[in-house]
Amino acid sequence: MQKYLIEVEDMTVAYQEKPVLWDIDLKIPKGILMAIVGPNGAGKSTLIKAMLNLIKPISGKVLFNGKSYESQRRYIGYVPQRGSVDWDFPTSVLDVVLMGTYGQIGWIKRPGKKQKEMALNAIKEVGMETFSQRQISQLSGGQQQRVFLARALVQDADIYFMDEPFQGVDAKTEKAIIHILKKLRKRGKTVIVVHHDLQTVKEYFDWVTLLNTRLIKYGNVDEVFTDENLKMTYGSSVRVLSREA
Amino acid sequence: MSPQLEIIITAIIVSSACALLGVFLILRKMAMMTDAISHTILLGIVVAFLLTKSINSPLLIIGTALMGVLTVYLTEVLKRTKLMAEDSAIGIVFPLLFSIAIILITKYAGNVHLDIDSVLLGELAFVPFDRLIVFGRDIGPKSTYIMLTILLIDGVFVILFFKELKLVTFDAALASVLGFSSVFIHYSLMGLVSVTAVGAFEAVGSILVIAFMIGPPVSAYMLTDKLKNMLMLSIGIGIVNAVIGYQLAALLDVSIAGSIATVIGITFLLIFIFAPKRGMITIGYTRHVRKIGFAVNSLLFHLHNHEGTEKEKVESNRQTLHHHLHWDKKFLDIILKKVINLNYVTQKEEYLKLTQEGRDYTLKAYQDITS
Repeated sequence: MQKYLIEVEDMTVAYQEKPVLWDIDLKIPKGILMAIVGPNGAGKSTLIKAMLNLIKPISGKVLFNGKSYESQRRYIGYVPQRGSVDWDFPTSVLDVVLMGTYGQIGWIKRPGKKQKEMALNAIKEVGMETFSQRQISQLSGGQQQRVFLARALVQDADIYFMDEPFQGVDAKTEKAIIHILKKLRKRGKTVIVVHHDLQTVKEYFDWVTLLNTRLIKYGNVDEVFTDENLKMTYGSSVRVLSREA
Repeated sequence: MSPQLEIIITAIIVSSACALLGVFLILRKMAMMTDAISHTILLGIVVAFLLTKSINSPLLIIGTALMGVLTVYLTEVLKRTKLMAEDSAIGIVFPLLFSIAIILITKYAGNVHLDIDSVLLGELAFVPFDRLIVFGRDIGPKSTYIMLTILLIDGVFVILFFKELKLVTFDAALASVLGFSSVFIHYSLMGLVSVTAVGAFEAVGSILVIAFMIGPPVSAYMLTDKLKNMLMLSIGIGIVNAVIGYQLAALLDVSIAGSIATVIGITFLLIFIFAPKRGMITIGYTRHVRKIGFAVNSLLFHLHNHEGTEKEKVESNRQTLHHHLHWDKKFLDIILKKVINLNYVTQKEEYLKLTQEGRDYTLKAYQDITS
């Protein structure tokens, strides 16, 4: 039995000459909701992309359950940034959510009744049941995000990576997302979220990683999410916590 | 079979093969790549020809497929340096490979049937001259059978990998996380585009290959938002264009490829203007309706905001209202007529007043916006 679910060891990532992540070490236990926060250009998205093998690091490695990413792929779900796809693509909500089942189906075979049922359940879970036949070009930003979330749910993973799921969504969607995040944690899943609203970190998450190219601090929100650590992450200009107080 | 029928059937097969793959090309935003590939494959043909000394060798097909893939690869290498955008990269790679092919032809293959004019424009009218003879029997034009084979391969590929094509095109990152190789799908598709282009090459020329690969798919994209429908429509539009284009060419006694390409362009233009959901007319109309709707709401909000305040007299004066809202006077007249007809507003002397109905509507509109 492995003590940690995810272990990132000595990970450095660079685009061209400029390093975006320096020597990151993380040990993430099972069953937590973790936010990755940091200023723009801190490498938050890069960190999860590198963990997911979407970007090749210069050095370092990631282990899931002590094993390689390739062997654990089945247990890992991903919600990319909403803006990373073309929402004018000719397809429906149900179709996009079904894509989450493709990994279980494998090459060439098509999704069947069982997958369709899973997809419809997930659509219901994110409160989009009246939209399942809707073309994705007709969705609002918040609805797009919920579709992405539903697609991740049908992946039925143990570990979820989400890239800025709260970016530019309405209040209703934010509530729906956080409700689902908490539900996932209750089911023993582990969720790692790139987040940039410092105001809500304490309310939504139980773990936090403070990142600014290098790893500043990570761990329990109550211990790590302090004024002093935030200053180290953002420089002295940050006034987040004082507003909250 | 009459030569005319043979030409039409060949054009239909070529258009179907091109329109099928073209759907994925335009969804992957690779339309310009088609342009490049349809030219650079000439280098593949020439090199394979110089190696085998035969114009009929199957190596020619393999050579072209490789050359198409090489074109895509080189473009992506340049693009990945982030020193230039994809279109610039295509602009470097495509003329370079194409002109090497031209030089090789003029230097080493000048007296062979590799004529540059026919590469660009093709000649559908010559299709019936080159026959396929099996066991001493003439079974039809050779290029018809070559294209039919290619169409079948394209069709099988799209049907087998429909799910993967869709996933990789829509969200390559998710595809990779789920364990689907987008590189495999991408290069298979581009390889097939090259093979299709080379098969269509001799018959219809590279210009018509581009027209077939881009025109019908874009027209179909204007008409539907379902991928399967888009594939069917694209093929259907391609076939109709090929047939009409051929008939026109026969009627006017002009180049068949030129005529078909023109019909493809005109078809797109008509769809662009008249398409029921995305056409210019519909878009213009909905934009107009929305503008009026917003104007009605802003007028009602304005009246509602100032209702019962000291400034109400100033703000609701019909004569000066257009200054406050910064509207054209005529536009105000149109909107006023509308709200009065809807019974949301009444006018007493100079002053406008919300009716109870108007007030209820305004509050509801507020809620819709803020909820």
